Amino acid sequence: MNYTSFNKNEEFFVDMQRCIGCKACEMACAECETNGQDSMIHVNYVDRASTVQTTVQVCMHCDDPVCANVCPADAISKDEFGIVHTANTERCIGCSNCVMACPFGVPKKEENYDLMMKCTMCYDRTSVGKKPMCATVCPSGALFYGTKDEIQEMRPNSTPVNTFIFGKETVNTKVNIMMPKGSTELIIY
Amino acid sequence: MAKLPVSEEHIVSLFGPHKNYSPKEGYEGRDEPDELVKTHCCFCGMQCGIQLSVKENKVVGFEPWMEFPFNEGRLCPKGVQRYLQNNHPDRLLSPLKRVEGQGFVPTSWDDAMDKTVGEIKRIQEKYGNDAFSMLSGVSLTNEKSYLVGKFARVALKTKNLDYNGRLCMVSAGAGNKKAFGLDRGSNNYSDLEYAEVIIVAGANISETFPTLTHWIWKARDRGAKLIVIDPRVIPLARTADIHLDVRPGTDSALYGAMLKYLADHDMLDHDFIDNHTSGFQETLDAVKDNTLEWAEEVTGIKKEKIQQAAELWGKANTSFLLHARGIEHHSKGVDNVLGCINLVLATGRIGKPYCGYATITGQGNGQGGREHGHKCDQLPGNRDIENPEHRKYISEVWGIDEKDMPGKGLSAYEIIEAIHRGEIKGLLSICFNPLVSLPNSNYVREALEKLEFYVCIDFFLNETARHADIVLAGSLQEEEEGTTTSAEGRVIRIRQAVTPPGMARTDTSIILEIAKRLGVKDKFTYENSEAIFDELRVASKGGTADYYGITYQRIEDEMGVFWPCPTIGHPGTPRLWEDRKFKTPDGKAHFNPAPYKLPGEVTDEDYPVILTTGRVVSQYLSGTQTRRIGKLVDQFPEPLVEIHPNMAKQYGIKQRELIRVSTRRGEGIFPANIVETIREDTVFIPYHWPGKKSANQLTPGTLDPISKIPEFKVCACHLEPLKEIAPPSTESTAYASV
Repeated sequence: MNYTSFNKNEEFFVDMQRCIGCKACEMACAECETNGQDSMIHVNYVDRASTVQTTVQVCMHCDDPVCANVCPADAISKDEFGIVHTANTERCIGCSNCVMACPFGVPKKEENYDLMMKCTMCYDRTSVGKKPMCATVCPSGALFYGTKDEIQEMRPNSTPVNTFIFGKETVNTKVNIMMPKGSTELIIY
Repeated sequence: MAKLPVSEEHIVSLFGPHKNYSPKEGYEGRDEPDELVKTHCCFCGMQCGIQLSVKENKVVGFEPWMEFPFNEGRLCPKGVQRYLQNNHPDRLLSPLKRVEGQGFVPTSWDDAMDKTVGEIKRIQEKYGNDAFSMLSGVSLTNEKSYLVGKFARVALKTKNLDYNGRLCMVSAGAGNKKAFGLDRGSNNYSDLEYAEVIIVAGANISETFPTLTHWIWKARDRGAKLIVIDPRVIPLARTADIHLDVRPGTDSALYGAMLKYLADHDMLDHDFIDNHTSGFQETLDAVKDNTLEWAEEVTGIKKEKIQQAAELWGKANTSFLLHARGIEHHSKGVDNVLGCINLVLATGRIGKPYCGYATITGQGNGQGGREHGHKCDQLPGNRDIENPEHRKYISEVWGIDEKDMPGKGLSAYEIIEAIHRGEIKGLLSICFNPLVSLPNSNYVREALEKLEFYVCIDFFLNETARHADIVLAGSLQEEEEGTTTSAEGRVIRIRQAVTPPGMARTDTSIILEIAKRLGVKDKFTYENSEAIFDELRVASKGGTADYYGITYQRIEDEMGVFWPCPTIGHPGTPRLWEDRKFKTPDGKAHFNPAPYKLPGEVTDEDYPVILTTGRVVSQYLSGTQTRRIGKLVDQFPEPLVEIHPNMAKQYGIKQRELIRVSTRRGEGIFPANIVETIREDTVFIPYHWPGKKSANQLTPGTLDPISKIPEFKVCACHLEPLKEIAPPSTESTAYASV
């Protein structure tokens, strides 16, 4: 895959405090030719009755992707750039193991197609040097795609974190979450 | 004869709104377009750069335009989906005529034009020229706005031309003219970057100007403090340093108290006030009783928070104050704007880097459209239609006798009132859907039904157009060349990506054809849009909004040019007032007293609850375009009435229970959305929907005496829970409500 112009230094950053819940990311994601008008990124209210806070969830592209590890059909693969690809349609048997295993709740089984579908970090765009569509259009900077140096220069009050601790499990990801300055990990109880 | 020819349901079944979705696999040719056309979004005043993908004369998708400096590829959901207004099944493909009992049937251009011109002449001969009126809109380009202004005065020879900018930023325009002698945001948004304090007053930026959010955060990343003034915890307020949850209709009390606090604690720029302003003392006298305690009582905001905000504002070295419809849509909208300007002038933070002040113009070409044409009291270059010198200059440019130039006409809502009174008998509208966007829609409908003749130019059969006798199938933004002026004052190029489909024609060619048939062809012959722009440049020359030095070529080469730009060699003016030479008669910036007054309607025993209206992120204005785009409709399928849990408890209201909301003008039934993010004494309904789902059934036609803007933001209502839970939102057909 060396013929691609995928920029290895660029990473994906999510800053929840900036999310305005507008869903530009969802709409833009769905435009991708491989997504068939379904979005692979999801915006939801946390609790609309008490706040307008929304969350945005994209595939975190784990270093050691559980979804791939539990796939009985070997349909999910991670490439040399750290992108965890959506299930190979020829192999996916629609068993939903990945859906249940993902600690972030990312893969969705699309019942219409009997297939798992998830974000590939816009491989068609990132592999030719463009940014993923969601991070391109995001109007608030809740989603950003670029280098760690860029984000640290732009946002001195936050620190990107890509270590998540679920109980005894530590998960490292390609996607970063922006946290208060100096944070090193996010512990999920 | 402006009553509906058949039932409204029948019209909807044929002409929509229908929801348009992209095919699952995308439009044919989307991934191999013939061309990517660099242009701008057709919606709000941000005018984000976007590339439209074109295949075989159809818009089939979009691609972000990374190089355009304001948005660098960023878009909101409306921008992402805007391409779906093209290829739309509801698109009007030929002129239509009203046939009683049959509805709207296609007809030839010749027939439609004959009828239109015949009726214009008949009405004007019988009732006088001013009995035929025109309503226009600022989604139109500068070229079309200019052309409409000239057309109404020179071809229709009527004084009664106004536009939907009357519902947009006219209060800001009037306030800016009083204070600065010029109506434009004083700064471009890059001045937000190092502002230490940002005040956002009555501007739901994250929903109505989403791409501006990025610029606010740029400043916050560098330590800026954000103060948001809004009765609701809007998305931007959620993380603000201070949220001032103002009671609707009391904004000027807040600004008065803040000004008094600045003066009492000597947080003033005396040098600036003494040398570059006038009217300070009388303005201060007008707020001498505006203590923090008084302001807390009036505005409902805790006095400690007001004090905190005043301290932050007073001590800052740099700052930016932004406001929008939230403070402008009031019977004292101009006063509210002046109250904000007084805070800016008192601290002298204007005309310097990172010291900014601006209204955020709402409509796509709200800025440019209000400078060159179709405002009832105005001539190109932001000239005054009652000023003899201005009249003389424009008459020369237009080649008419100054005596034939009509005078000041009625404003938009006053035109509807005059129709209702029977004084105006005919109407030509373009780019305006007053039945949804004007207040007191039942009254507006009655007025429309009284018209003897109504002709509408539009690309979809909007709700108002259903009352027309003739509908002329016009063009979408992407079907004509032109320019717009963004909310920053940046003049930019709109590109023709495709030609109008079927027998539809460009708006420009329709207006030119009517002018020709009215016998003034010699004054309405242009080779192309650029020729109209070149005439506009000359017409604006010497006015406050001077475009003379701006050319199509320069706009392209420089990614837009900021007016004023009086000569070809002039660099344009991204930041106003650096020279401290204000455009007022005495050359100074003017403080204006803006003492607090009650809103036009206050709560009482019968109508005990405050109602305010606004917008949602996925809809734009009256929804003519966005209520036809499937995913934008699905995002907010219906208007909900937002109610605080404490008020819900008081009335025994359950989540999604249907609530009859009534005012002195009308009533509507809306599902309740019980949220803590609104003041306890206020309910909120977004206004984009028509018919029985229209919030404007409820709003009052009270106007600001200076700007004539209607008071959409505050009135008194009554709530009645109907003991019935609304069906799921997904089943709602509010987008096409009759």
